[in-house]
Amino acid sequence: METYPKVYLYRRIVKAKLFIDDNYADAIDLGDIADEAFFSKFHFIRLFKKTYGKTPHRYLTYVRIEKSKLLLKDKASVSEACYAVGFDSISSFTGLFKRMVGQTPSIYQQQCLNKNQEMKAIPLKYIPNCFAEMNGWIKKSNFQEV
Amino acid sequence: MLDQDSAYDFYVNKLGFKVHTDAPIGPGARWLTVNPPEQPELEIALMAISEGMMFTRESAESMRKLVAGGTFGFGVFECNDLLATYEELKAKGVEFKKAPTQEFYGFEALFKDDSGNWFSLGQKAK
Repeated sequence: METYPKVYLYRRIVKAKLFIDDNYADAIDLGDIADEAFFSKFHFIRLFKKTYGKTPHRYLTYVRIEKSKLLLKDKASVSEACYAVGFDSISSFTGLFKRMVGQTPSIYQQQCLNKNQEMKAIPLKYIPNCFAEMNGWIKKSNFQEV
Repeated sequence: MLDQDSAYDFYVNKLGFKVHTDAPIGPGARWLTVNPPEQPELEIALMAISEGMMFTRESAESMRKLVAGGTFGFGVFECNDLLATYEELKAKGVEFKKAPTQEFYGFEALFKDDSGNWFSLGQKAK
């Protein structure tokens, strides 16, 4: 039976989550985080999953893949992104990335670079017409005589 | 928004939103939109309140004062676990006008963004 006030319990789980957010690139031992949060490993995993919908291990993988996406968008190579977020092997990184994102890191990167290039070249494509019209960047399109 | 760079930091690094569009629209101006990670189709425009962007100098000044004073509540967000999200955002320095409270309509907290716009934060029904 729980003996802690609920808020105190939440603070410990949130602290563990923020630890993962800040230290995802290091070799994190989830048992150590559980110890630091004064939970048994099993209890920690159960509470973490109840709060965040993922086990701590899955959450760590999720954070690493999300961070690698940002690095790839910033033109890092696949191997740079892989090692920078804490993976040891490019093949396991690529496999996980493809499973979670739906495409390989290099294809994902190419799409991001294409989109960024297009945003710079033709920004009006990404700006709602009403806003662009209001600022005089495009001609009004409604009620024009043919 | 009072400052787009500060808004970027707040929405992306504190709330955890994703950048959807960041397109240059002239000297010193950009069209910046973000979306909640689980709702990629919802774009929230982080528009600077400045002269020339729909505002005259006077109206921009008035609007900036109103926003900074916390006049506007712009929407409702939902999270899976309000107590956990509240504790996390507080740890990241987000200012809350109201701590999580059980109201007749649901479990709710109110927080302010870096400009002074405030939002309701509710919890999805479990």
